[in-house]
Amino acid sequence: MKITNAQIAISSICLIMAFAITLQIRSVSHNRIQSPENTRSAELISLLQMEKERNENLQTQLYALKDDLYQYQEKAATSSDYSKVLSSQLQRAEVLAGLTAVEGPGVIVTVKDSSLPSGAGSNPNDYIAHDLDILWIINELNDAGAEAIQINGERVVATSEIRCAGATISINNNRFAAPFEIMAIGDSANMENALMMRGGVYDALKSYGLDIVVKKSTKLTVNAYKGNINFVYATPVQEEPAKKEGQQ
Amino acid sequence: MILVIIALLFGVGLALFVPVNIPAELTPYVAIAILAGMDSVFGGFAATINNNFKMKIFMTGLFGNAILAMVLTYIGKLLDVDIYLAAVIVFGTRLFQNFSVIRRFLLSRRSSD
Repeated sequence: MKITNAQIAISSICLIMAFAITLQIRSVSHNRIQSPENTRSAELISLLQMEKERNENLQTQLYALKDDLYQYQEKAATSSDYSKVLSSQLQRAEVLAGLTAVEGPGVIVTVKDSSLPSGAGSNPNDYIAHDLDILWIINELNDAGAEAIQINGERVVATSEIRCAGATISINNNRFAAPFEIMAIGDSANMENALMMRGGVYDALKSYGLDIVVKKSTKLTVNAYKGNINFVYATPVQEEPAKKEGQQ
Repeated sequence: MILVIIALLFGVGLALFVPVNIPAELTPYVAIAILAGMDSVFGGFAATINNNFKMKIFMTGLFGNAILAMVLTYIGKLLDVDIYLAAVIVFGTRLFQNFSVIRRFLLSRRSSD
């Protein structure tokens, strides 16, 4: 059999084809293994676990550093009058910002999902405690002069969010599920009245069928804010020396 | 025929030893180029059988089709329309037609022997 040009051409293209097909098959199967959708959930779970552990380690580190800071402040407070004033100011600021645990009289509000049986055709959303319900309660408490508030042990500070996160509520980026236990330190009679006011939040939530209980307490402990406060965008405004210009 | 089989085996062997992977973004283009190449190879076989194989037509058809198919794939990606399907259908149809020509030739040769 004579080898023609055609045979050589076809054979060389066959070589290239075979090469390309094999390489392609290898690459496709390789890429499939590498793509994140196909990474096994077990691997993802172990990754999550590792991240959580790291998170916990950092948390303990944070506590240790906060303890150190506290000791430095103690020392500074005993050393001179000026630093004593400063440290009392700092303490006030910390209480205000929610950086220290505080105790005092107040109220405990417990909100549970409705225990009523849901009827046919009813919206299950009507039977569960929502972020907006909690926000409403917090707002009323603040209005009635609450000085420190925590929800399920999470301190509510100026930057705290209370928002819907699936079946849970996200507070300070931590998720909490019902029942919600809101502790507020302040004038307990005032706060109770604000909540129990006719047509107020208590009546409204009761009418939805939610289980809400308001209890006065003579001594509550509200946790410190556990997160970190970092200001990236906001910087304090420097007061301009307006007085000097006026004198000239 | 033996030459073709040797070439195929050599190509597979070479690909197994090359430590390069085609990136995931480029695999559609390589796939469509492979299809164009297979179309050309089968067309070349059929042409050889019919004794009207022309080197220029074979080569321009091979590279022209492969490039056009890849360009169509790219445009299709930009337009979010699977235009490469046009190339798949044309090459696929021709592949089967050429295969039937080859098949008939082989069968008639067998029976005449």
